[in-house]
Amino acid sequence: MKGFPLKLMGFAAAAALLPALSACSHQGILDSAGPVSAGERTILLNSTVIMLAIVIPTIVAALGFAWWYRADRPKGRYRPDWAYSGRVELVVWSIPILVILFLAGVIWVGSHQLDPYTPLESEKRTRPLEVQVVSLDWKWLFIYPEQGVATVNMLVLPTGVPVHFSLTSASVMNVFFVHRLGSMIYTMNGMVSQLNLQADKPGDYYGQSAQFSGDGFSDMNFVTHAVPPTQFNAWIAAHKGKGPALDEAAYAQLSKQGVVKQPIIFGTAAPGLFDRIAQQKIAPQPGPQEGRPEPQVSPRTAQ
Amino acid sequence: MKLLGKLDWSAIPLDQPIPLIASAVAGGAVVAVLVYAWAKGWWPYIWHEWITSVDHKRIGVMYIILAALMLLRGFADAVMMRSQQALALHGAQGYLPPEHYDQVFSAHGTIMIFFGGMPFVIGLMNYVVPLQLGVRDVAFPTWNNTGFWLTATGALLVNLSLAVGEFARTGWLPYPPLSELAYSPGVGVDYYLWALQISGVGTLSTGINLVTTILKMRAPGMSYLRMPIFCWTSLASNLLIVAAFPILTATLAMLTLDRYMGFHFFTNDAGGNPMMFVNLIWAWGHPEVYILILPCFGIFSEIFSTFSSKPLFGYRSMVMATMFICIVSFLVWLHHFFTMGAGGDVNAAFGIATSIIAVGTGVKVYNWIFTMYGGRVRLSVPMLWALGFVATFVIGGMTGVMLAVPPADFILHNSLFLVAHFHNVIIGGVIFGCFAGYEYWFPKAFGFRLHEGWGRIAFWLTLLGFIATFMPLYIVGMEGMTRRLQHVDNPLWDPWILLAGFGTIIIFLGVASQIVQLVVSIRMREQLRDVTGDPWDGRTLEWVTPSPPPTFNFPVLHDVHGEDAYWGMKRAAIAQERLYEEPDYKPIEMPRNSPTGFITAFFASIMGFSLIWHIWWLVALAFVGAYATFVVFAWRDEDEYEIPAEEVARIDRERRAARGPEWLASMGPQA
Repeated sequence: MKGFPLKLMGFAAAAALLPALSACSHQGILDSAGPVSAGERTILLNSTVIMLAIVIPTIVAALGFAWWYRADRPKGRYRPDWAYSGRVELVVWSIPILVILFLAGVIWVGSHQLDPYTPLESEKRTRPLEVQVVSLDWKWLFIYPEQGVATVNMLVLPTGVPVHFSLTSASVMNVFFVHRLGSMIYTMNGMVSQLNLQADKPGDYYGQSAQFSGDGFSDMNFVTHAVPPTQFNAWIAAHKGKGPALDEAAYAQLSKQGVVKQPIIFGTAAPGLFDRIAQQKIAPQPGPQEGRPEPQVSPRTAQ
Repeated sequence: MKLLGKLDWSAIPLDQPIPLIASAVAGGAVVAVLVYAWAKGWWPYIWHEWITSVDHKRIGVMYIILAALMLLRGFADAVMMRSQQALALHGAQGYLPPEHYDQVFSAHGTIMIFFGGMPFVIGLMNYVVPLQLGVRDVAFPTWNNTGFWLTATGALLVNLSLAVGEFARTGWLPYPPLSELAYSPGVGVDYYLWALQISGVGTLSTGINLVTTILKMRAPGMSYLRMPIFCWTSLASNLLIVAAFPILTATLAMLTLDRYMGFHFFTNDAGGNPMMFVNLIWAWGHPEVYILILPCFGIFSEIFSTFSSKPLFGYRSMVMATMFICIVSFLVWLHHFFTMGAGGDVNAAFGIATSIIAVGTGVKVYNWIFTMYGGRVRLSVPMLWALGFVATFVIGGMTGVMLAVPPADFILHNSLFLVAHFHNVIIGGVIFGCFAGYEYWFPKAFGFRLHEGWGRIAFWLTLLGFIATFMPLYIVGMEGMTRRLQHVDNPLWDPWILLAGFGTIIIFLGVASQIVQLVVSIRMREQLRDVTGDPWDGRTLEWVTPSPPPTFNFPVLHDVHGEDAYWGMKRAAIAQERLYEEPDYKPIEMPRNSPTGFITAFFASIMGFSLIWHIWWLVALAFVGAYATFVVFAWRDEDEYEIPAEEVARIDRERRAARGPEWLASMGPQA
């Protein structure tokens, strides 16, 4: 029984590490669908490997020493007064300092290379696609200013083309996050944040808000369709000028708190709408009118 | 103007069975306990010996009782969250509607940090620090009592929100503009604000009290570099409290002004800046996690040393690492919002500063390992928690450094990977540390040990439950799942959420075992009795005194000649085969008990409640009451009483009798 606890604890530690290492499903953040995500994946894996190189020996040493010097069957000599060794101290301070020095280089370079505001270098020198993003309670509005088209809770992107997002919020803070494309960024009222992403592989990617924003937060999801550029152009052509128009009235309707079950496509988008929201020329979206769980704003009674 | 402000019958959630039944059961239990104590005639004892006590030991125990109750409440919230998510897959909505689920996770975080973790840590510091310093009380005993009761007031208000009104629906840190009146018009955020403001006064007073105690009141000869390491980590933690809690108070006061008086510090409009709240709250929030973990590092240091029968390896190195962490913890807060777009230079600087903390922590881990080297390691329950801590905490530290790398944080921020990380360090570090300290010092506080077998069961169930719950959350975070989702629409995440829900059941069994352990130990207290006051072959001064220690802690103040003061005395006694000469006993003056703290907190509770519900006349009345209590206390004539020398001698002779030659011979493996 006495030896058993430590072996079990070692097993438990291994059990803790293994799944974290093998967390490579086919749709996680490690399955990158674009250059930003790929860069972040590399840094994540590098820093993990650097640290595991000392974390695993540390766990083994901790449990091993406890086992080796256990009081009922000790294997090593008892040194009741051994409490200092300059050489051990030197090693003990050096190992973490060296690791962190190494890691600091990774951090410095990575933070600059993968800064969300840095434009992406495109191989074909294509101009980035502009997309304006507005987070509303509780839905995502995407405006394609150059195409004059807008969508709600659906994002269509051409593959291989860098995308420059300008983001703001109509009310509270949210975070725009498509985890297979990479970086997330906050959306805030009265401010415009920027994000540069690119999808290389065609596919449908899950998008969501990563910052809690109220009762309907859990339904603030959208699908990102990454399609070849020709298909993207065809999609624009198919919807441009057709269907509902995104004007101030339509926006006021969207501004009411609630969730949207089906994506909406607007064939026309009023120019300058994003700037007017970001500059607060359109007042921030109103919140609920009453305190306690108010039936009108509960996502259960969605629009 | 309505007499009761915003309060009316609609505040009682009659249409929501879960909070209604929960609060009825909790309220019924409280009433039952009170009535039972009354029927047994215990009230005079409880009032004179506990509620009004200014003894740091009694106050420490009360803090820990409060913490234990709040940990249970917070755990109930955790069970609801994990079960809600496990039941809300494939388009199902689970049993908690969003407006209720939002309150549950907000309350879980608030309660676990402010009313579970903090009181537990503060309780242990309160109990142990004066004993380890070899002194008779803290610097400001009555204030100490007041601080406790103000903390209890905060806990009361948070729990009252279950039955009357609602709690915040914003997360445990109420980011504006969501927490502003425009988007949270209910009383939930107000409950949060006033509970934290009132208990924050208590925490700050504890911080000042313990800093003063450690800096100004130590046994003769105990220089800074002879203090036990737990005193050092407590000093660092309380310095952080003194430096950081005013930031919290100011930030919450600004949000309060926004909500109550139409100010615009953090609103969307009129020049308010919500980002400033985020900035300020983390300037407090990051030091806060070190306030919690540093004392636990101290507990583990004491345990590694005691249960290895060796001095702590690299004591001075440990002191340096502690103070290093204490300072650097103030320079890293921006890593909580790398994804707000601060730019490469700022993100990189704070990312590097954050990972530098790992140097201090790494040094500590290695020193604990080398403390065991060449020792005789007794694998008792406190040591199991300590080893479980090292094995899990280094993983939590590693994932913390991963999150400190900005490009990695860009895909992990606010994900369940983050949730798994901070639970890994808070449970694996703070909770394991508190449980280790509880097992370690319980015999000191009550004179009997806790049951070893149930302690082992509780440890293993908690450890395995923790792994089963949070490792899946790491994975599901790597698969892109974000936190605070009331229902889940991505089938990829389902198995992991179910597994985490299953892990919660194991933790539940661990919690139950811990309760069983306490009950069994109380019932078997005669078999588990420790008469010597030194059940673990301890090394620091708290083990000199009998268990439980007398009010005055030490009959005579001991001269300290080195680190591990008591160990030195014990070695000398073993070598000479007898205790030191019986000293010349003198009468001891101790502070009188005082109801000041309790009455102040009573008025503060009323004031907080009426501020939340805008009952202005009652606010004024309660404020006057609290202030009058303080004035009455300040004008008191007598504040000390004398314990006669004969009584001191009697207590000390009993202790000396228990430590006869047989006991001396049994001490230490080389004796």
